[in-house]
Amino acid sequence: MHCVVTGGNVKVLAKAIHSLSRIGDELYVEPQEDGLALRSVNSSRSAYACFLFAPLFFSRYSVPNRNNFRCKMAIKSVQAVFRSLASLEKTVEKCHIELDEQKNRLTFTLHCKHGLLKTHNLSFQDSESLQAVFDKDSCSNVFRAQPRLLVDTVMHFPPSLEEVTVSVSDERMWVRNHVEEEAEQSKAMLTELCLASDEFDHFAIQAHSSVTFCLKELRGLLVFAESTGLPVSIYFDEPGSPVVLSVTDSVLEGNFVLATLTDDPGLRKNSSRRGHTQPPPPPDDFMNDDMDSYLIAMDTSIVPGPSTAGPPTPPLAGSTCSKRPVATNHRTRIHSEEEEEGEEEGDSEKAEDSDRPPNKKFRSLFFGSVLPPSSQMNTQPVVSQEVLASDSEDDSQDE
Amino acid sequence: MPLSTQSQGDDEQYVLVACSDNARNLSNILKAISFKDHAIFTATPNGLRVTVEDSKCLQANAFIQADIFQEFTIREDSVTFQINLTVLLDCLNIFGGSALPGISTVLRMCYKGYGYPLTLFLEEGGVVTVCKINTQEPEEPVDFEFCSTNVTNKVILQSEGLKEAFSELDLTSEVLQITMSPSQPYFRLSTFGNSGNAHYDYSKDSDMMELFQCTKTQTNRYKMSLLKPSTKALALSCKVSVRTDNRGFLSLQYLVRNDDGQICFVEYYCCPDEDVEEE
Repeated sequence: MHCVVTGGNVKVLAKAIHSLSRIGDELYVEPQEDGLALRSVNSSRSAYACFLFAPLFFSRYSVPNRNNFRCKMAIKSVQAVFRSLASLEKTVEKCHIELDEQKNRLTFTLHCKHGLLKTHNLSFQDSESLQAVFDKDSCSNVFRAQPRLLVDTVMHFPPSLEEVTVSVSDERMWVRNHVEEEAEQSKAMLTELCLASDEFDHFAIQAHSSVTFCLKELRGLLVFAESTGLPVSIYFDEPGSPVVLSVTDSVLEGNFVLATLTDDPGLRKNSSRRGHTQPPPPPDDFMNDDMDSYLIAMDTSIVPGPSTAGPPTPPLAGSTCSKRPVATNHRTRIHSEEEEEGEEEGDSEKAEDSDRPPNKKFRSLFFGSVLPPSSQMNTQPVVSQEVLASDSEDDSQDE
Repeated sequence: MPLSTQSQGDDEQYVLVACSDNARNLSNILKAISFKDHAIFTATPNGLRVTVEDSKCLQANAFIQADIFQEFTIREDSVTFQINLTVLLDCLNIFGGSALPGISTVLRMCYKGYGYPLTLFLEEGGVVTVCKINTQEPEEPVDFEFCSTNVTNKVILQSEGLKEAFSELDLTSEVLQITMSPSQPYFRLSTFGNSGNAHYDYSKDSDMMELFQCTKTQTNRYKMSLLKPSTKALALSCKVSVRTDNRGFLSLQYLVRNDDGQICFVEYYCCPDEDVEEE
């Protein structure tokens, strides 16, 4: 793999990496025939982001000889390559990204002004493909707005705010902070903004609905959208099914898929209680956080079929999920199942039979695995691949 | 100005009197070497030298020439004392250290001699503060025996070029490796961190490079923790001279221009961390 990025595109690439860093701690790099895919997912797997840079984005683009090469690395270390974001445009003339398969290094070389050459040799781990399954085109509600509008909207919410609720009617969109049911009413503050449809470039409503999702990731995408000036499209359905934020131009596409809260508080409470009272579930990093409702939401969201006419959200989506016929290709990973050492989840799962994927309670269809390279940016639900969200990697290739 | 019009008689009891109409000129340059509390002040008729050391492996010197001060009177050949630099800096900035033009703190620094405190008279906007800082028994600074005749390699760079590199240094790397060579890669800074290694290469033809005198390829490692404080000096400076001698000792000299356009120097000496096989 050898990519060359020049001029202003270096900054675009850097901004994309920075906005991915708002999502997760690891950057998944996958050079494909149709472009370089950079992805990230958060630890609770309720948010996923992918940028695909088309070959035309680069002044040179070649994929590695080894087929299906994929790797992941600490996103921090890639961020460090592009640390001086502000001066990047002025200082960096050219950026080479090269894969050294012998040494298992991904080399970023920045050719800067004044003849300064910065070389970063980053170690990486092999990984399986990270792929969210979502179908933004079937979403009933679609909006497109200039980044400025959304930046100005989001600005009114405190940085500490975790979730916002977006509600739509035929002519308006309301954005307000999400107040927990349990929150003390006297201390809660509600901020609400109303945006008229004519503020948007595109405003298409089929279903009056209201979804709640995390603000942090939206902010991450806005950083990118604002610097590139690309309009942001928002796709969503009903509560519980993911919201997709997307930016596109001729040489790149970015999609942020965020889980939304289900609006049935009974379900939420129920599901979180289940996490504690049920017979001991297998060690699972998903169990330790309170994002259960997000995950369930995600599972149900990918029931095939147009979501507007789709089956009603089952009251206990998690159990529905496990009853679903298990697809045949559990073992679609091409790399060894060994868990990476040192990570908390690795430690707990090492005790498990490492030959078999741990029996995760929430079989997230959200992240399919090892799709054919051409099916990148997949927008079709892949039901046949019921694969766990776990991302084991090959640890055997040491540096 | 009450400070400058004080009678000459008062001054006779002091062995050292230094006055400046802008305390920032002194505090700024002291900030460039403030990585440890204890600083050794050595005053001679030429000016003031302030030395700070760490672990006997790193030494920083700030040279403040006599003409940086509006008045610099010394009654002995040499006056030496040790003082808490952090406290001194706090005192010098007691009025907030504002960088606004037209507002400056007038400083009068007096020292009576061995055993006496260092007395600072600071005035801003008609308010006078008198600070007395106890002095300490001066330690003998380490002599790094860095001699210009033993210098193997030397480059002078515009600080602008190095600032970026130092601000981006991978601090997970224990060492900063400096390679200087008459051939490729000429001048290279390398780090070896958790996520991989990074090299910053400066071409000898770069317009940042003001002087390039390398006779022999030398690769030396220096403890990152020791070199990190030099970033403060780098940030203030406009040019930096990087030299290594035949033992691999590093000398970093920074040319610092103060608010009034006067020039001061800050110098860092650092021992190499370990011997690296020379190619």
